Amino acid sequence: MKSNNKENCFRKVLMTGNDAIAEGALRAGCRFYAGYPITPQNELTSYMAIHMPEYQGVFIQAESELAAINMVFGASAAGFRAMTSSSSPGISLKQEGISYLAGCELPAVIVNIMRGGPGLGNIAPAQSDYFQATKGGGHGDYHSIVFAPSSVQEAYNLMFAAFYLADKFRTPVMILGDGMLGQMMEPVVLHSAPLEFSENIDKPWALTGCKDRNPNVIRSLYLKEGALEALNERLQKRYQMIEKTQQRFEEDFVNDAQVIVVSYGAMARIVKSVVKKLRQRKLKVGYIRPITLWPFPVKAFNRKKTTVKYLVVEMSYGQMVEDVCLSVPDKKKVYFLGRAGGAIPDTGQITRKIYKLLR
Amino acid sequence: MKKIYSRPQSLYDVVTHYCPGCGHGIVHKLVAQVVDELQIREKVIAVAPVGCAVLAYDYWNFDCTEAAHGRALAVATGIKRMRPETVVFTYQGDGDLAAIGTNETIHTANRGENLTTIFINNAVYGMTGGQMAPTTLLGQKTTTTPHGRKEQEGRPLKISELLAQLEGVYYVERVSLHTPQQVINAQKAIKQAFQNQIEEKGFSLVEILSPCPTYWNCSAQEAMDWIAEFMVKEFPLGRIK
Ligand SMILES: Cc1ncc(C[n+]2csc(CCOP(=O)(O)OP(=O)(O)O)c2C)c(N)n1
Ligand code: SF4
Repeated sequence: MKSNNKENCFRKVLMTGNDAIAEGALRAGCRFYAGYPITPQNELTSYMAIHMPEYQGVFIQAESELAAINMVFGASAAGFRAMTSSSSPGISLKQEGISYLAGCELPAVIVNIMRGGPGLGNIAPAQSDYFQATKGGGHGDYHSIVFAPSSVQEAYNLMFAAFYLADKFRTPVMILGDGMLGQMMEPVVLHSAPLEFSENIDKPWALTGCKDRNPNVIRSLYLKEGALEALNERLQKRYQMIEKTQQRFEEDFVNDAQVIVVSYGAMARIVKSVVKKLRQRKLKVGYIRPITLWPFPVKAFNRKKTTVKYLVVEMSYGQMVEDVCLSVPDKKKVYFLGRAGGAIPDTGQITRKIYKLLR
Repeated sequence: MKKIYSRPQSLYDVVTHYCPGCGHGIVHKLVAQVVDELQIREKVIAVAPVGCAVLAYDYWNFDCTEAAHGRALAVATGIKRMRPETVVFTYQGDGDLAAIGTNETIHTANRGENLTTIFINNAVYGMTGGQMAPTTLLGQKTTTTPHGRKEQEGRPLKISELLAQLEGVYYVERVSLHTPQQVINAQKAIKQAFQNQIEEKGFSLVEILSPCPTYWNCSAQEAMDWIAEFMVKEFPLGRIK
């Protein structure tokens, strides 16, 4: 793989989430990017246009999201780390391509900087694509690994995990952010790949021309009886392995908590600030922040105390809440607060809801 | 005894799944022969379409990938840009290249990607059961134009002529399979289109008028006659660019 000594320098810089994702991708070895403009992720595409040449990689502004995801398919089939990014309506267009990546067992990273929907919606932050991201999205029985960063630094860090796990499990990986994360600026320490994600993964399946070996074929069409079921069984086995080994979450103040607030992404920052304030008032409140949305961190909900109430806060009308219900022993203990269409549950609303549940 | 003709190394010795009289099998062999002649079997990468030819990799003895319906040229772009040392080609039907994939076709050509495209014009959708294609002739009966195609359903789309207008396009030729001489011409054009890529000339496309006896509801011979009598009038043969 083409490399660049820029990858090895440490720096602390001020960056938007969109820029940090692009920089992280490049340092994680992404050497192909194709995208089609859509707000609020345009900075990411521009960043790639400017900086991809420094890594001797390829940047293409595609004629559509369909073309972009399929160019990524090609670059990945050729054995390279490849990525595309978009926002909600564009991600809808990419779904067929993501399903093909899953079916052909090709690694790729897809970034969705979510905006309000349905339809053209607006360009305000939202979390309304949770179902699409975590339940497959396209056709067929498949999953993408889904990461939900909540800070610019974390967005940068997760790119190393994203490309590594995509290669390791030969699967699409999605970074699910929102307009808030994409647009906000924060200091980021630019580091190189952490040891656990720096192992080089062989790709004997890649298309390189069949010199000194039998031809490689990349396909998702299996017509012979039982062949497609065999592919599906292979994928499901892989998904079980991912569910077992890749659940990630952050939690705090949960041990004695009577109410645990669950939220992800940029939303979780607001939730955290509320929880910390209420802790100062000696209220027994904690939080769980899923970092992987698929696999959903079921482990985080495994506790003996059955009186705990969960409050799920989302910038949607209730999507992740369904996974929380599936993860707790008694779904009657799960409560929900959500707004969407560009509206964000505010600190006052969250605080009032928590007080109500503590009563 | 001296061997003067044999199956190309690039073609597997297997039973065909194509219908009797289908043009796909002929073109698969021509491509394989060209790949052998140019000695590029070990660096060629094929992108198969969604259409009857999706199984092309069951016949070709070199690296292949599928692409989603209509997206072959986007996939090929991704491969070729990352591996410029390989020889990448797409093999696409008229539905794939000139209906669902028109956008990819035009923009890949317009970027002048150094690729080769083999475009099979059989005037119908074969794989899905003989529906109207963008190239269906006026008056031609298909399962979705039961009374013959009318103007309102679109006139036969001459995508090759359209593409020839683009500066990024280096070579476009239309050939046919309806006589042995035409087949020889087709092979020459295919070879030229691969040669162009090897010489880094840019985007090359060969359109091939190809019989689909099954959905033209006729015998193999009648299909060849129909090409000679009707198709070549609508789609004139020869070098377009
Ligand atoms: C997104 C999508 N839409 C529709 C189809 C169904 N489909 C498969 S092949 C095909 C058309 C094939 O016609 P053509 O490209 O002319 O190739 P031929 O089979 O005639 O060689 C269609 C519509 C599909 N597989 N995917
Ligand atoms: S349906 Fe037509 S194009 Fe398809 S294999 Fe049969 S003859 Fe060939």
